[in-house]
Amino acid sequence: MTNFKLTTDPLNVQDVIDAVRSPKAGAVNVFIGTVRDATDGKAVERLEYETYEPMALKKMEEIAGEIKQRWDVVEIAMHHRYGLLAIGDSAVVIAVSSPHRQTSFEACQYAIDTLKQVVPIWKKESFEDGDVWVMPHA
Amino acid sequence: MTITLRFFALGRELVGASELRYVFDHPTVTVSDVVQRLKSEYAVLEQLPSFLVAVNSEYGMNDTALYDGDELAIIPPVSGG
Repeated sequence: MTNFKLTTDPLNVQDVIDAVRSPKAGAVNVFIGTVRDATDGKAVERLEYETYEPMALKKMEEIAGEIKQRWDVVEIAMHHRYGLLAIGDSAVVIAVSSPHRQTSFEACQYAIDTLKQVVPIWKKESFEDGDVWVMPHA
Repeated sequence: MTITLRFFALGRELVGASELRYVFDHPTVTVSDVVQRLKSEYAVLEQLPSFLVAVNSEYGMNDTALYDGDELAIIPPVSGG
C-alpha cells in the first residue's frame, strides 16, 4: 500500500482508499480532481502535468504530517498523476480516514488546498490555438 | 564547487534545458549569487512572472547557503491538483 505516489499510469481510486482503511476509522473521505473540458469558457483539448518528483513526494508527506498534528485522523494518502491526461481523467486522488466524519472532510479539504499551493506539480493546458502553463498565483 | 540547477514547466522551456551545472571558485555561494548569474545568462527568464527556489527539495531563501553538490531548483508557480 502506497500512501504517496506520482505516476504516469491512470489512478486507481480503490488503491488510495485501501491505503487509509483502518479499524480505528469511522469515516473515509475521498477527493478526486478530474480534467475539466474548459477554462474561462475556452475548450481544453488535453492537459499535461510535470513534476519534480522527489520534492513533490516530500511535500505530500509534510502535508500529511501537518494534518496529523492538527486533526484527529488515522491515515492520509495522496496519488497524483503526471504526463498527458485526457478530459475526464483523474489527476489527483486524496483519501483521509478518521474516527469521526467531520474531521475527514476538513482534513481532506486542507490536503487538496495545500497540495495546490506547495507541491511542485505544474499543469499545461492545450487549447485549439496553443498551450499555456497554468499560473494561479502569478 | 558545483551546483546543479533544475528547471521545470515554463522555466524549463525558457531556458531550453531541464538541467544546468554551475561551477564556482568559492567554497560556498548563496541562492541569490546563483540566481543572479542565471538571470544574467538567461534574460529570457524575465518572462516567468515569479518563481521560488528549492535547495535539495526544500523551499529556500535568497540567503540560503549552497555547498558543493547541492541541487537548486527553479520552481515556477505550482498548479497541481
